[in-house]
Amino acid sequence: MKPRLAEETTSGGRVGDRVRRPDAVQKVRGDFPYSSDLQVDGMLWGATVRSPHPYARIESIDTKAAKAAPGVKAVLTFEDVAGENAYGLEIADQPVLASDVVRYWGEAVALVAAEHPEQARRAADKVKVEYAVLKPVTDPEQALLPKAPKLHPGGNVTRHIKIRHGDQNATAEVVVTGDYEIGMQDQAPLGPESGLAIPDGEGGVDLYIATQWLHIDQKQLAHVLGLEPHEVRLTMAGIGGAFGAREDLSMQAHACMLALKTGRPVKISYSRPESFVGHVHRHPGKLHYEHGATKDGKLVYVKARIVLDGGAYASSSTAVIANASCFAVGPYQCPNATIDGIVAYTNNPPCGAMRGFGSVQNCYAHEAQMDKLAAALTMDPVALRRHNSLETGSALITGQVIDGPVPVAELLRLVHERPLPAPAAKNADLTAMPGGVSNTTHGESVKRGIGYAAGFKNIGYSEGFNDFSTARVRLSVVDGKPRVEVHTAGAEVGQGLVTIQAQIAGTELGVRDVMVLTADTEVGSAGSSSASRQTYITGGAVKAACEAVRERVVALAQSELKSGEGLRLEDENIVGADGNVLVALATLLGEEVIDELRVFRPRKTSPLDPDTGQANAHMQFAFAAHRAVVDVDTELGLVKVVELATAQDVGKAINPQAVEGQLEGGAAQGLGLAVMEEIQVQDGVIKNPSFTDYLLPTILDMPPVRMDILELGDPNSPYGLKGVGEPPTISSGPAILAAIRAATGRPVTRVPVRPHDLVL
Amino acid sequence: MNVNGVDHPAPTDPRRLLSDHIRHDIGLTGTHVGCEHGVCGCCTVLFDGAPVRSCLMLAIQAEGHQVTTIEGLAPDGAPLHPVQQAFHETHGLQCGFCTPGFVMSVVGLLKQNPDPTPEEIDEGISGNLCRCTGYASIRRAVLRAAELSR
Amino acid sequence: MEFLQPATWSEALAMKAAKPEAVPIAGGTDLMVEINLDHRRPATIIDLTHIKELTEWGMDDGRLRIGAGVTYARIIDELGDRLPGLAMASRTVGSPQIRNRGTVGGNLGTASPAGDAHPPLLATEAIVELASTKGTRQVAANEFFAGPKKNAMRADELIAAFLVEPARGPQQFSKVGTRNAMVIAVCSLALAVDPKRKHVGIGIGSAGPTPIRAAEAETFIQEVLEEHRLWERHVHCEPSALKQFGELVAAAAKPIDDVRGTADYRRHALAVLARRTFRWAWDDYRKSK
Repeated sequence: MKPRLAEETTSGGRVGDRVRRPDAVQKVRGDFPYSSDLQVDGMLWGATVRSPHPYARIESIDTKAAKAAPGVKAVLTFEDVAGENAYGLEIADQPVLASDVVRYWGEAVALVAAEHPEQARRAADKVKVEYAVLKPVTDPEQALLPKAPKLHPGGNVTRHIKIRHGDQNATAEVVVTGDYEIGMQDQAPLGPESGLAIPDGEGGVDLYIATQWLHIDQKQLAHVLGLEPHEVRLTMAGIGGAFGAREDLSMQAHACMLALKTGRPVKISYSRPESFVGHVHRHPGKLHYEHGATKDGKLVYVKARIVLDGGAYASSSTAVIANASCFAVGPYQCPNATIDGIVAYTNNPPCGAMRGFGSVQNCYAHEAQMDKLAAALTMDPVALRRHNSLETGSALITGQVIDGPVPVAELLRLVHERPLPAPAAKNADLTAMPGGVSNTTHGESVKRGIGYAAGFKNIGYSEGFNDFSTARVRLSVVDGKPRVEVHTAGAEVGQGLVTIQAQIAGTELGVRDVMVLTADTEVGSAGSSSASRQTYITGGAVKAACEAVRERVVALAQSELKSGEGLRLEDENIVGADGNVLVALATLLGEEVIDELRVFRPRKTSPLDPDTGQANAHMQFAFAAHRAVVDVDTELGLVKVVELATAQDVGKAINPQAVEGQLEGGAAQGLGLAVMEEIQVQDGVIKNPSFTDYLLPTILDMPPVRMDILELGDPNSPYGLKGVGEPPTISSGPAILAAIRAATGRPVTRVPVRPHDLVL
Repeated sequence: MNVNGVDHPAPTDPRRLLSDHIRHDIGLTGTHVGCEHGVCGCCTVLFDGAPVRSCLMLAIQAEGHQVTTIEGLAPDGAPLHPVQQAFHETHGLQCGFCTPGFVMSVVGLLKQNPDPTPEEIDEGISGNLCRCTGYASIRRAVLRAAELSR
Repeated sequence: MEFLQPATWSEALAMKAAKPEAVPIAGGTDLMVEINLDHRRPATIIDLTHIKELTEWGMDDGRLRIGAGVTYARIIDELGDRLPGLAMASRTVGSPQIRNRGTVGGNLGTASPAGDAHPPLLATEAIVELASTKGTRQVAANEFFAGPKKNAMRADELIAAFLVEPARGPQQFSKVGTRNAMVIAVCSLALAVDPKRKHVGIGIGSAGPTPIRAAEAETFIQEVLEEHRLWERHVHCEPSALKQFGELVAAAAKPIDDVRGTADYRRHALAVLARRTFRWAWDDYRKSK
C-alpha cells in the first residue's frame, strides 16, 4: 500500500541555465500531492491532546471516555512510547508525549486515532488530564538566575558561547552602546504539518512525510519507537514550504505510534493554530552591544551579550547561539571581541531553526551599532562599513581566516550606487502609501528614509559536524535514448533542488533526459535542507556520482572501441580526441546499466574552543547587502517599504531563475520580521496563533527587489557556487530598520516595529 | 453542485466545508487548506465565476451553484490554462502550496479586468499569501498571463 | 448540526421563530471562522443565501434600502457613488475573495467592534431593519450595537436590510492596520459631511467594546463650522479647532490593549484620522462649491 506521490518527471538543462522547475507543471495544475493530500484506503486520522498550561505537573491521565468515543481506534499516552521517550536534534530532551511534566503551552500529552478527523478531535477533548499548575519561567534572564526553578536536569543554560578574541582590555576613542530586542518570528510555511504512516504488518512502518531531513527523522523515530532504522522507512511527500519549521519532529512519531498500535494507516494533519505550537520558532532575543572605534572609523573592539530565549526544549538552540555569537560583529574586521552568547530554557514555545539561523538576530544589533557609530563619528554609514569590511584573508573574531572572494565592500558599493526610486508622488495611488488601501494618508506626515545593512553567515554545518550527502546516479537506455536517474534523500522544500540535481547531471553527463527520483531513506543521507547547503553538498554528491558514471562510460568506450586516450562524453555521443563522433551513447550502452553511488564531503570544520570560541569552525561564508527605501507615516507610525535593493555573491548561479526567487523570497521574510511578524507570548501562552493576527506580508507590503547577483566563484566548492537561501533574510530587515530610523529620527531598537513604537 | 462541469451529489454531512468536500469527497486535492480561517487564500475557488474562499463556505451552500477548482482549468492533460502557463514560465512558485489559490484569484481578476495595471494586480491578489517568492515572480506571472490571454 | 435553507424570506422568518437559537449565515466570512476555530458549535444554521430579496437594493422613501445579503463587492461596484464612505470601508474588508461573499448584514449580525462597515453606518445615521414573523422594526445604527459582539436583535429576528440616505456630501473612511492589505482594524474612523443638514457624522471602530458614534466631536465641529460660517465661506477651520476635534474623537473611544495595538496608540491614531479625514472631506466640500 502506497499513497499517490508526485510524478518523477524528466528535465534537462545545464548548470547556469534558467531552467523552469520540472515540478511546476503538476503544481500549477493542482495535481502535485502535498503531504496533506495523501490518502490510502482504510486510513485513520490522528489528533493530539495538548497541554493548556505552559508549566505543570501531570497528576493523572484518564483515557477511558476518549476510548469509548465513536470511531476511536486508539488512545495513546507516554506509557505507549516503546523506545526512549526523548528526542531532539542536538540534545534528546523532549518527550514524544509528556509523562510527568509539561514545559510549554501546547505540548503533546496524548494521541487519538479515529475513523474520521472530527471523531478524533472530539475524542481528544475527552482525554482527561489533571495538572498541578506551576508558575512558568517566561523570561530568559530570570531563567538564568540561580534561584530559578530548573526546567531540565542540567539547569537552564542550554549553551553559553564565549568568544575571547584579541585584547580583552582594549579601549577606544569613540564608543557607542545599544540594547536591542528581537520578537519571536514564525516560519509559517503555508502547508501545515502532515504525514501518513503505514504499518508494514511486520512491526515496521513506512512514513510519507514533508520534512527537511529524512534521515535525522528516521534516526530519531527508530529511537523513540524502539525499532531498528531499517524498520522505519521514510519517503518525501510534497512540502508546502519549510524555512526551518520542519527540521524537528512534529507529528512523525505520533502518526507512527498510532499506525503501529492500530495496524492501520494513520494520517495526521495539523490545523493552522496547531501548527503554531507544532513546530519551533525563530529565537526571540535581547542583545547588548558596545562598539569601540578609532576617530578615523576603524573598529577597535566589540563587546556583546546576546541572550536568546530557547523555550522549553533545546531543538537546534545550541547551533543557533553559536551562529549568533560567531557572527556577532557582522561582516567587519574587528581585532578585539568579547562575546557572550547564551541561550536559556524557559517555559515559552520552543525555538530552533529558521532561515538565517542566529545571524538574523545579531544583524539587527550590529547594523544598528554601525549606524550609531557612523553618527558618532559623523561619517557616512556606508563608508564606515566599507572602511571596516571583511576581505579575503581577514580573520574573523573566531580567529578563522576567510579564503575565497569576500566582496563585502563591493556589495555595499553596488547597493549604494544603484539609482534611488522616484520620490513619493503627490496624489499617488493609495496602494503606494503607508497604510495602503486603508486610506490613512494622502501624503500627510509621510517621510522617506533610506537605510543600509550588510550581513553574513556560514553555509553548511559547522563546529566539526560530519557534513555529507549521498547520491546515486544510474545511466541506462530507455526507448533508445540515454536516461539518467538521480537518487538522493535531499529534501525539495520549494527551493528547487530537483531542478538543480537535474542540471548538474545534465551538465556532467551531457544527457537530455534526467529523472530525479523521489527522495527517500532507501539511499544514504543527504543531510538537511537547511544552512543553505543542499546545492553545495547534495549538488556536490550528484556531481561526484556523475563523474564516476562518466569515467565508467569512457572506460567502456575505450574497451569497446579499442581506442586509446582522449575519449569524451559529449551531447549523448562518444567523441574522439579529434572531436569526431565515434559512437552514440545509447548504442555504446545497449543493455548496459551504469550505476554509481558517491558520498560527498566538504572540507572539515573544528569545534569552538569552549573558553575562547576560537576555531576554524565554518566551511563557507555567504555575504549580502541590502538598501531599503521606506515611506513612514510619522504621525501614525505606519510603514510602506518602497524598494529593496540587494547585492549578493552566489559564487555561481546554478539556476539564475531560482537564485532570483531566493533573493526575493528571502527578503520578504526579512521584511516580515522587521515590520509585522511576531508570535506574541504572554505568560507562556501564544496570544495570536492564527493568520488573522500573526501577520505575513501580502503583495501590497512587498516592494520590488532590485538585484545585483555576483558570481565570483569559490575555489573550494562545486562549480564555485555558494549557498544562496539565507543571506537575503539576514540584512533585508536591518536595512529596513535603518531606513525607518532615518525617516523618523527615532532610535527604534525593537523588531518587529509596531506603530506605537514610532509615535508614542 | 456542479464542480468543473460535472454534477456531484449533495454532501451528506451538513457541517462539511466546501474545501473539505472538494478535497475529500470529490477527491480534488488541488484546492489547498493553509489556515481554515479565511486569510491565506490557498483554498480559493471560483463560485459562479467569482473567487471565494472555499474554507469559509459549507459545501451544502454550494448546492445549485457552479464551482471551478484548479483542476477545472485544464482538465485531463489539456494544455495549461494561460494563467497556469504564466506561473510556470515566470517561476511564479517555489513550494507551490499557494499556487492553485493564486491561479484561481488571477483567473477571476483577469476575467473582470483583462488588462490590469500593476496597482490593480497588487490589490486584486492581495488576498492570497505566498511565503516563498516574495511575490515578485507572481507579479510577473500575472502580467504574462494577461499577455497570454490576449 | 441542522442546516436549514429557506427559499423565501417568510420561510426564513418562520424558521427563526420556531428555532430562535438557530444561527443565520450569509457570506459566512465571520461565522465560519468561529466554527472552524471551534469557538462556536451552532446546533442549527439558517442559510440566507438563497433568499433573493436580501440581495436586492433600491430607493425607499428617499433612502436607499439595501438588502442584508448584498456583498461588499457589490457595494463597491454598484453603490460606490451613492455611499462612498461605506464603499471605502468595503474596499478594506478582508480580501477580494471575502468581499465577494461577505455582507453588511453579516457584519451587523456579528456586531464586532472591529466590523469595517459599522463606522460608516454610524456616521451616516443608518437604520437597521429587523424582521420576525411578528413584523418589522427599525433600529438606529447608534442603538444597534449593545456590547462586544452583541446587538439589539431579539432571538426571533433576522436582519432584513439597512437604510441610509445617499450621500449629499463628502464621506471618508480610514482604517489603521499593521499590514497594507487584509488586516483587521487596529482602529478605524468614518466621517460623513452633509451640507444640507449642516451635519458631520463620525463613527469609530475597534476602539471600544462596540463601534462608537463620536457625538461630542460631531457637535463640536458643527458648532465650529456654524460659528465661523465655514459652510458658507468654504474655507478651512483653524488648526486649533481641528486639534480639539481630534481630541474629542479620541476621547469618545474606550480602547483596550490587545494583540493588535495599545489603547494609547488607538486614541492617538483616532485623533490623527479625525483631523485628516475631516480635512479631506472639507477639501472636497470646498471644491464642490
